[in-house]
Amino acid sequence: MTETNEAPDGASGGGDAGEPLLKLRGIDKHFGPVQALHGVNLDLPAGEVTGLCGDNGAGKSVLTRCIAGVHQPDHGQMYFEGRPVHIRSTRDASALGIETVYQDLALADNLDIVQNMFLGRERLRRRLLDEDSMEKQAAETLSTLRVTTVRSIRQPVASLSGGQRQAVAVAKAVMWNSKLVLLDEPTAALGVVQTRTVLDLVKRLRDRGLAVMVISHNLNDVFEVADRIAVLYLGRMVAEGPAADFDRQSVVEYMTTGASSGRPFEPAGSASGEG
Amino acid sequence: MTAEASETPTGSADGSTVANLTATSTAGSADVPPELLAHSLDQYVRAWWLRVRSGNSGVLPVVFAIVLVAVVFEIITPEHAFLRPSNLVYIFGLSTVYMVLAMAETVVLLLGEIDLSVGAVALFGGVIAFKLVQQPGPDWPWWAAMLAALACCGLIGALQGTLTARLKIPSFIVTLGGFLLFSGILVVILGGANGTAGVNSSVPNQRVIYNLVQGLIVPVVGWVALAVVVGAAGAALWLRAAARRRQGLVAPPASVTAIRIALVALVGVAVVVVCNGNRGTSLVTVQGVPWVIPIVLVVLGIWTLLLQRTRFGRYVHAIGGSPEAARRAGISLAAIRTWAFALCSATAGLGGILLGSFFFGQYSTNTADPGQLVLYSVAASVIGGVSLFGGRGKAIHGVLGGLLIGAIAYGVSLLNLGTLATPLEYILPGGVLLGAVLIDVLSRRGTGSVTGA
Repeated sequence: MTETNEAPDGASGGGDAGEPLLKLRGIDKHFGPVQALHGVNLDLPAGEVTGLCGDNGAGKSVLTRCIAGVHQPDHGQMYFEGRPVHIRSTRDASALGIETVYQDLALADNLDIVQNMFLGRERLRRRLLDEDSMEKQAAETLSTLRVTTVRSIRQPVASLSGGQRQAVAVAKAVMWNSKLVLLDEPTAALGVVQTRTVLDLVKRLRDRGLAVMVISHNLNDVFEVADRIAVLYLGRMVAEGPAADFDRQSVVEYMTTGASSGRPFEPAGSASGEG
Repeated sequence: MTAEASETPTGSADGSTVANLTATSTAGSADVPPELLAHSLDQYVRAWWLRVRSGNSGVLPVVFAIVLVAVVFEIITPEHAFLRPSNLVYIFGLSTVYMVLAMAETVVLLLGEIDLSVGAVALFGGVIAFKLVQQPGPDWPWWAAMLAALACCGLIGALQGTLTARLKIPSFIVTLGGFLLFSGILVVILGGANGTAGVNSSVPNQRVIYNLVQGLIVPVVGWVALAVVVGAAGAALWLRAAARRRQGLVAPPASVTAIRIALVALVGVAVVVVCNGNRGTSLVTVQGVPWVIPIVLVVLGIWTLLLQRTRFGRYVHAIGGSPEAARRAGISLAAIRTWAFALCSATAGLGGILLGSFFFGQYSTNTADPGQLVLYSVAASVIGGVSLFGGRGKAIHGVLGGLLIGAIAYGVSLLNLGTLATPLEYILPGGVLLGAVLIDVLSRRGTGSVTGA
């Protein structure tokens, strides 16, 4: 297993293509005595899908929530489009163009697709809900994402299949000119066909130039869509680089032991800045 | 007041049969409201009938129950008196109190909470308004007295809502406390166990409040008002649906819109015909639509607008459906909950004023039992189709449920059962309430299995 130190010029990390959209440096987070994140560095470039892997308790969710504004890191710095930023709330994250699709999707079953997509950000006309304009916008977003399997965008979300619900949640996230979409276990509860649909959707987001981070246990899905892979182990980022630098076995080893073939990950480029 | 449903569906329709009605067929979307997919009346009726058969029929059960109750009481009451115009108008008057209280309860039920204090708060509001127009006394103008009463009730609701929303005390407990508290305070304000508060129809200022339920609209004016209301509502409904169809948005077929307007007109004409018939004696002519009917329609219109077309209403539904989704959407749960309780109590206060007017302007400690009022208003909402678990229901459900409860309560009193009458007034609505809750629970379970959550 020597794939990590081959091809020094194959992929140059975050060096050449300018600044990544979101850059994390030295992120620490602890909850009481529990240190959840230790000096985590992570680059999320635009137009690429980054797969975030890690075993249970590795800190994937905490890291995601720090980016989404749910938690604030204790130390460390985030750079969005090169500028240092402090994301103190989910509203701050939304204002920057960061949207999160959580594993439980957070859709209200009793509301229809349009109502869910605009929940909390309804358009008004003469102080009343502007249903017509919202319905048009929702239909447009769904069609650009080629989500065509729903029969009516006025059907309640309760009547949708799991894949359709995921699609609605993703469409809801990208409708706001978002630049970075975080997807937490997007395929966890889905069947084969629906997983296919969602992965295609993720690729379409990348093709539209968005930065996407997919948190997943399923390495098949990660290798299918990810351009870059980052692995957390016990709160530390033990490996981060282009997906070509990894194979399934090395990712599993990083996830379970923090190293591959007994050696830590060596970035293909050079200075990634260890914390 | 249309017969077909446009609410959130539940239950599990036969997916394959529904799919036959549409061009695209997708697995797992069994309960889509028919108006979303149908392009013609024929498709609409078939899809709707499928949904009715699957136990998911919107306002249909309560409309059916109202008809059934009317027929049964007409048969079993002595002299078949139930459907006499005088009795029907009396039922309208009695029911309007339950309708208004049920609409008040609906907004709280939509949140997934419950307000057990509506009865006591309603009586409290009624007594406040009545006390404020007493002539040796405050002698406030009627509108100021009513506004003050509604404001008092709204404050009570805001307080109860704050305790529920901010301190996370279950609404059941908070409003149970409120129920007992205000049942007691009510007696104090009335002036002890034998206290009364009345409005006199011969005093101009007090006559307005007396006439809220007792006042009648001149028959000609009633017809003109009906024509104006149905014309305006019909035109608005038709133009809106037509505009949506033109823009390619989801809208029911034109024929369905036409049938809805026709049904509204039909119900309106029936009510006006019944009310405009002479129900007096050979000596005194009594005819006309009671003022309370347009008043209730206005309350219905306001609540429908608030719940269906404003952010507040959307957030109430969202919180009832999924508090977590609402919270993540940036909605202030505490603020919406507090407002909902405040508006519920203010609406209940209006119900209390109507109640006093219904009892010929006389309030006393035995005018109405606050406990029974709560039971009836919760029962009316749930029977009408509002879910006890939140997120599902409309103001019109409260109105239809209130009519059913009023019909049952009055029908029982017509039966001359002597000592049995009072227990039956509890037993029948209680049984109907349990039945309605059972349907609610079963249909909810059906939804759960469809979503596979």
